[in-house]
Amino acid sequence: MSTVFENVVCSFCGCLCDDIVVEVDNGRIARVRKACANGRGFFTHYDPAPQPPTVDGREVAWEEAVAEAARILDEADSPLIYGLSSTATEAQRKAVELADRLGAIIDTTSSVCHGPTGLAMQAVGEPTCTLGEVRNRADLLVFWGCNPAVSHVRHFSRYSVTCRGMLTPKGRRDRTVVVVDVRPTGSTKMADLFLQVQPSADFEVLTALRALVQGQEIEAEAVGGIPTAQLRDLAGRMKTCRFGVAFMGMGLTQSRGRDLNVSELFTLVAELNQYTRFSVIPMRGHGNVAGADQVLTWQSGYPFAVSFARGYPQYGPGEFSAVDVLAREEADAALILASDPMAHFPSAAAKQLERIPTIVLDPMPSLTTQVARVVFPTACYGVDAAGTAYRMDGVPIRLRPVLSSVRPTDEEVLSKIIACTGP
Amino acid sequence: MSEHFTLITGRTPEQGKGLHKGKDSEMYRRATALVEMSSEDMASLEVKEGQIVRVRTTTGQVELPVRAGMLPPGLLFIPMGPVANLLIGTDTESTGMPHFKGLTAEVEPT
Repeated sequence: MSTVFENVVCSFCGCLCDDIVVEVDNGRIARVRKACANGRGFFTHYDPAPQPPTVDGREVAWEEAVAEAARILDEADSPLIYGLSSTATEAQRKAVELADRLGAIIDTTSSVCHGPTGLAMQAVGEPTCTLGEVRNRADLLVFWGCNPAVSHVRHFSRYSVTCRGMLTPKGRRDRTVVVVDVRPTGSTKMADLFLQVQPSADFEVLTALRALVQGQEIEAEAVGGIPTAQLRDLAGRMKTCRFGVAFMGMGLTQSRGRDLNVSELFTLVAELNQYTRFSVIPMRGHGNVAGADQVLTWQSGYPFAVSFARGYPQYGPGEFSAVDVLAREEADAALILASDPMAHFPSAAAKQLERIPTIVLDPMPSLTTQVARVVFPTACYGVDAAGTAYRMDGVPIRLRPVLSSVRPTDEEVLSKIIACTGP
Repeated sequence: MSEHFTLITGRTPEQGKGLHKGKDSEMYRRATALVEMSSEDMASLEVKEGQIVRVRTTTGQVELPVRAGMLPPGLLFIPMGPVANLLIGTDTESTGMPHFKGLTAEVEPT
């Protein structure tokens, strides 16, 4: 017998689309509607069958795996806890508790996506709004260094470009869309204006825009590969729109300048509020990476790259961020929660995870589970476990399971490890 | 003959599909083991679609099939993943973020 669940939340990416229809037949997901290709893959490729944990590739009882994980962490001088972005806030809280108990370093996938955005927020503030406000009010949208057509496929139709809102009843026709990128992409096809910036020249272009918005003249014919006349036109549109929103991605955070690029954009947006209403929202990738920032901040005071080694939280991007800690071979054990650094870290940093005892909690096999000493195949939040996730605009959304849970959750496994560790 | 380029890494639809299939799947491997460049650069290097080229940065080198992409001349694109990561260094300039975009890379036909 099949059961149809409506308004299910897809927790694959930071859009957290909450209108998905999932049909469950005999305890398996049979059909998924309304989701994008990534969302369908998220629901349909997850196998909810219970899997025993493994130690050195050998299937063991859960108690034995928990005891081995606790032993590894207790014996380590400088354990690293990393990931957190594809799990629920309930598990993220437990991960911070474990780091505190162990005196560990804890870092999230933010450090390799929007960590520089966090640094920029701390430097210049965050003029933000919700995606609901974007949908209902925004008449100028600027996508800078991001490609939602690939990474956040339903963003355009649900929140930003083509959707109809209270003050944007004609949808796409009520909005002007600007895309700034180093190359044409699927997203630039949706743009009214595509500004092709030279690689690593975003800071210069943003500075020029700030000057133009303030009424200053620029003598150069082009800045960062973009004709000054085009920048002057964009500055004018930004000042005269009713409600503008900038969305930014890794084109800014992973290029030369990193947090300085983001600070310049956030400052431009803040200054535009002298003329009109303008906001900026980072395009957060993983389903609850925004939650990881929230939880770590409310528990330690800092959003990522935190060390509890001295008995109190210390903040240190570059010092306590995972890539740096692994590349310097400072971590002597690691617990990886709901992420895959073997696939996404520079090889020299990833290799260190093969040399040290590594523990992984993940619903799916990954390149990191392949090298881990202890693997816990846990439940998938939003599929067979309930929990909370934060959307890219900071709105918390409840994840309801569509399948009965037969696997333990990350929160339950972390609670058991906490109970077995420490003094 | 080798030429200098600016390398960026990032997501692609194929990399996304392969990710769900499993990162040990052939689909994921093929989706993340390729390099895109402009048709003009391919002509200048005298390489054809699918031909193997060597891409080198100060961190490492990989040999990949080349594909024509919608890129301006001088820019290279490799999908994010374990192959691209062989070319990425671990210096984060005190931010935690490695240099995933905007690296200088050299390309030569094999």
